[in-house]
Amino acid sequence: MAVCVYRTSKIVVQGITGKEGRYHALACRDYGSKIVAGVTPGKGGMDVDGIPVYNTMEEAVQHAHPNVSLIFVPPPFAADAIMEAVGSGIKTIVCITEGIPELDMVKVKRVIEKEGVTLIGPNCPGIITPGATKIGIMPGHIFKRGSVGIISRSGTLLYETADQITKAGLGQSTCVGIGGDPIVGTDYIYWLRQFEADPETEAVMMVGEIGGNAEEKAAEFVQKEMKKPVFAFIAGKTAPPGRRMGHAGAIIMGKSGTAEYKYEVLSAAGVHTIENPGYIGEVIYKTLKSEYDI
Amino acid sequence: MKLHEYQAKEVLASYGVPVPEGRVTHFPYDAWMVSMELGLPVVLKAQVLTGGRGKAGGVKLAKTSDEARDIAQELFGKKLVTKQTGSQGFTIRKLLVEKAADIDRELYFSIVVDRTTSRPTVIASKRGGMSIEEVAEKYPEDIIKIPIDPAAGFLPYQIRRLKYDLELTAQEKEAAKIFAALYKAFYEKDCTLLELNPLVVLKSGHLLAVDAKMDIDENALYRRKDISKMRDLTESDPDELEARFTGLNFIKLPGNIGCMVNGAGLAMTTMDVIKLAGGEPANFLDVGGEATPETISKGFEIITRDPKVKAIFINIFGGIVRCDKVANGIIQALKTVKVKIPVVIRLTGMNKEEGMEILKKAPMKFYIAQDLRDAAEMVSELSNDKHSATEKKSTEKENTKAEKKEK
Repeated sequence: MAVCVYRTSKIVVQGITGKEGRYHALACRDYGSKIVAGVTPGKGGMDVDGIPVYNTMEEAVQHAHPNVSLIFVPPPFAADAIMEAVGSGIKTIVCITEGIPELDMVKVKRVIEKEGVTLIGPNCPGIITPGATKIGIMPGHIFKRGSVGIISRSGTLLYETADQITKAGLGQSTCVGIGGDPIVGTDYIYWLRQFEADPETEAVMMVGEIGGNAEEKAAEFVQKEMKKPVFAFIAGKTAPPGRRMGHAGAIIMGKSGTAEYKYEVLSAAGVHTIENPGYIGEVIYKTLKSEYDI
Repeated sequence: MKLHEYQAKEVLASYGVPVPEGRVTHFPYDAWMVSMELGLPVVLKAQVLTGGRGKAGGVKLAKTSDEARDIAQELFGKKLVTKQTGSQGFTIRKLLVEKAADIDRELYFSIVVDRTTSRPTVIASKRGGMSIEEVAEKYPEDIIKIPIDPAAGFLPYQIRRLKYDLELTAQEKEAAKIFAALYKAFYEKDCTLLELNPLVVLKSGHLLAVDAKMDIDENALYRRKDISKMRDLTESDPDELEARFTGLNFIKLPGNIGCMVNGAGLAMTTMDVIKLAGGEPANFLDVGGEATPETISKGFEIITRDPKVKAIFINIFGGIVRCDKVANGIIQALKTVKVKIPVVIRLTGMNKEEGMEILKKAPMKFYIAQDLRDAAEMVSELSNDKHSATEKKSTEKENTKAEKKEK
């Protein structure tokens, strides 16, 4: 089954006529994803290697009936592109764009919460169900269909983790990059819940980073709701403190935010923490074999 | 992007927020002049882009103009080391000279975007003047947090509540106007932080923003040209600044292994794995989505400028960047930038084979690592022992070649 995106997902690419949009739309199609339309204002009527391009999302929805949108629109216009996708009735949106102003995302977040939309990203690599569909910019060949679900804040770190898991002889059910910005559409808990309910997923790998308290909240959820084994790695254990963390922000976050604290909270919640990123695949493989007989 | 206190005050004054009368000075004599102009006593405040200035001796009161000049003499050129600066500190180049305020009590007011709720949040306390972390620890009950719905704005009832919590009933109208203006400034200037600590109640009963701090969202500067112009280039590390203009994210660290990585998460992980292998990273460098020959050259240039660096670790996982493009970039870069120290490359992901092929045919020698662990061990060894590193160089290259033939 996997989660959120499937072989049957029909995808519209917003910003398909740009360099990156075009390259990755075609790479997704080569992987087997169903790219049914593209949208670029002013380029309606064109086609990108046979994929019809429309001026508006409304038109694209009317003619091509997509149910997922993949966004490659430049940062000043990306928040509006998300809003347009929401307005056209799309319920699953993947936004790759990096550098969207934070206050634009404040508004987007409020609208997607109200409309019940799943927004993956922004500033993320997208989502992939190996062997079925790839909706994003990840290199498809490093993934293999299997039983581990991966949730990552960072893009390249998602690849690193998936690659190690594949090389260790396991595979992935679905891998999602939730995005590296302070405000993103979904958190770990959203995906942990989906993976817990998915019959194909047998274990979940969380790839976190220092800052914020998303991992701490996830730990609480794991302790209360998860029966499946959960693994976690936190990047930035050796990062210098105080570079980028705001002053008044620290009070909201309390003492959370450091890798040490996140590991402590995750371990206490029964999560298998992996502190050396060179051994992620190996540890998951060995633990699943020895402790869970998977 | 951080604004100086005097810049933040200029911006806030344009919104009608009352700030002390003052001028920025660059020479001790200016401080003497300004103190005469403003009337005594005056406060001299070091304009450096960091917090904790008061405790570090960067804020001083002068009762006479001569005293103002002497303090200025002492402060100009001095390195201010605060809790937040690290040991290198910031050199004081500008002093803000302000008329001293006749303070009755000090309040705290800030607006941030709270990551957990994704909403702008007003944080206020009747205990201003000390760090808000300290208040949070000692008097958590005295901290007020008001989340704001972006569609509705900062509402009258929320402002009213602040009035009671901060005991401002006597200056009700003035306070309401100031709080509304602060929120407007926060939104219209794309702040990630707006902080007044303290906002004071004067003996006269009026309010005054005695300190002001504004951090602006770098991603929004394209639409805030007026703010963008305020960037103080003298306040950043020159290497970090140069990196930013090339589209790189660079942070200098104390170790001896130069790192070049794509993606912030993988860059942090690379630092972690180097440390675990016994090495010390010399920097954090995220080359971002566009790893062109230009950005890679700039990366090499900046990394090798640091004489401490004994080895370089390039860790690229191709997704949005293709490995063949990166490999070509590395080779082109090494043609222009002469790198005499060993370079360990770990290249994988999109178009990995093409990338490896290009590196194999290259005229320069690299250490090619198979995975993260391998790479970290290799580069840590190389950075620890220079002599054995040069000896190993040839055999290492042969080894990787042999490995490939087997495959």
